[in-house]
Amino acid sequence: MNSEMKLRDPTAESSPVRRPRLAPPSSLDGKTVALMDIGKSRGAEFIDRLEGHFRKAGVATRRYAKPTNTKVAPTALMQQIAAEAQLAVIALSD
Amino acid sequence: MPDTLLPRDGLVIVAKRDCPTCVLVEPVMQSLDRAGALAVVSQDDPTFPSGVRSVIYDDALERSFRLNIEAVPTLIRFKDGREVERTVGWQRQEWIRLAGAAAEGKGLPDWQPGCGSKSVEPGVHEALIARYGDPGLKSREISVGNWDDPMEACFERGWTDGLPVVPPTDERILRMLGGTERKPDEVVGLIPPNLAPCTVEKVAINAVMAGCKPEYMPVVLGVLEAALDPLFVMHGLLCTTHFSGPLVIINGPAARAIGMNSGVNALGQGNRANATIGRCLQLIVRNVGGGLPGAIDRATLGNPGKYTFCFAEDESDPDWEPLSVRRGIEPGKSAVTLFHGEGVHGFIDQKSRAPEELVRSLAMGLFGVGHPKLCDAGNAVLVLTPEHYKIFKDGGWNRRRIEDELFQALKRPGRDLVWGAQGVAEGLPPKYADQMVDKFQPMPDGVLIVRAGGEAGLFSAIIGGWPGQRVREECQAVTREIRP
Repeated sequence: MNSEMKLRDPTAESSPVRRPRLAPPSSLDGKTVALMDIGKSRGAEFIDRLEGHFRKAGVATRRYAKPTNTKVAPTALMQQIAAEAQLAVIALSD
Repeated sequence: MPDTLLPRDGLVIVAKRDCPTCVLVEPVMQSLDRAGALAVVSQDDPTFPSGVRSVIYDDALERSFRLNIEAVPTLIRFKDGREVERTVGWQRQEWIRLAGAAAEGKGLPDWQPGCGSKSVEPGVHEALIARYGDPGLKSREISVGNWDDPMEACFERGWTDGLPVVPPTDERILRMLGGTERKPDEVVGLIPPNLAPCTVEKVAINAVMAGCKPEYMPVVLGVLEAALDPLFVMHGLLCTTHFSGPLVIINGPAARAIGMNSGVNALGQGNRANATIGRCLQLIVRNVGGGLPGAIDRATLGNPGKYTFCFAEDESDPDWEPLSVRRGIEPGKSAVTLFHGEGVHGFIDQKSRAPEELVRSLAMGLFGVGHPKLCDAGNAVLVLTPEHYKIFKDGGWNRRRIEDELFQALKRPGRDLVWGAQGVAEGLPPKYADQMVDKFQPMPDGVLIVRAGGEAGLFSAIIGGWPGQRVREECQAVTREIRP
């Protein structure tokens, strides 16, 4: 285990220490949304509803699922999503 | 220092078992313990000295640091919780004056010098400042979580060139700053493209990340100063679509002092100073200047030397005029030459035996810089290896002769080079058709000749320059003396 570490900023410090979140897209036109079922019960129902909404709005979607909700998604799955979609909804449901 | 383990009124001795003088005065410490309030701060052994009631084991060296101990044994007298006097080493009269007759040390020599304190050993002192003192650094702190890998944190913040960097902790930065006499807050210059002020401290941080040793700092600072010379046009070199990036050539005693490679595989991997000094310049431009590939750096392909491209000249032959001297630096001084270099182009000639043959052959290789039909589209560095250099030396040619002959050999009739000539569209405008055209600018700028390389191999290396060098007074290689 690492103990907490302090580093010194090597940059000109022109950007905030806390990095901003990625800005949401201004439009969904031409984009594909990944719908990932994390594997909890009834997650698929929730994603079905989302998928319907996206379809009505004319937004392309792709479905993905984690093998189990107890572990983080496999690297290959995350790489696949990154290659095939520009946005992702990670759906939790219980 | 409020330290409840130390006596408010009494004596403190800082010692270590590894010090013969401390061992010598062990009976004196026992005697003082019997006489009154005493605490011994032991740096390396909790059982030393024996026969003393209050031994404080200072393995973290915090007390030694806070007491500002430089040598052991150090005897300190406290009054009302404050230090009033101290003496270093064993001097009977001084100890008696501070501690009374119990410090007589019967049978001991009158005087024996002490040893260095563990708290001031190289590297340790900086670590102690980082832990317990004020490092005095101005750059802002970035916290890395308990479970985060600091190397990954550096990647995530965009601080690396794609290879792992050494996380810049206070301890490492302070050690790096110890490699220069320049003040941490001194501004070295404005780093392009953002023209951000770069202090010596920022240089040290990036030097840590690049993997430099503290003793590289004078060279790193010299390299940066050369890069910031307006004549080098670092901003333009950064944003070009061309391949080139800064090539660093070091001359003089500084290169030897830090063990730079000018011999076997001098342009390759494996030497820490070569690798990290060149890398540090690139990291500074990236991190301080904001010069990011794909952003302001618009290189179509770039070249692997943009990770690092740095070597030293072989100055082992006293007959050879070093590059730095040719470019105006006093002999015996350390210097950096910065050139806008693209990748290494290997040149093979295993048949030439006379200087006249080899110089013509080298010219053929040099014609290929940029495009065989282009002229004045950038200069070149020619790295002469020992076997090729020997041909010149045996023929009685020195640097100046090689330059002169090479310059002549690099002239061609313009009719062969104009647009469309030889069935190739690329080339020179028609106005050159009736002229003899120089491939490069006049020496010594046209071809910077530098000696390096291993003993075996009838090869040399050609490193093409940058078309930005066409206007000599606007953009050129830069040579600067390295300040200690």
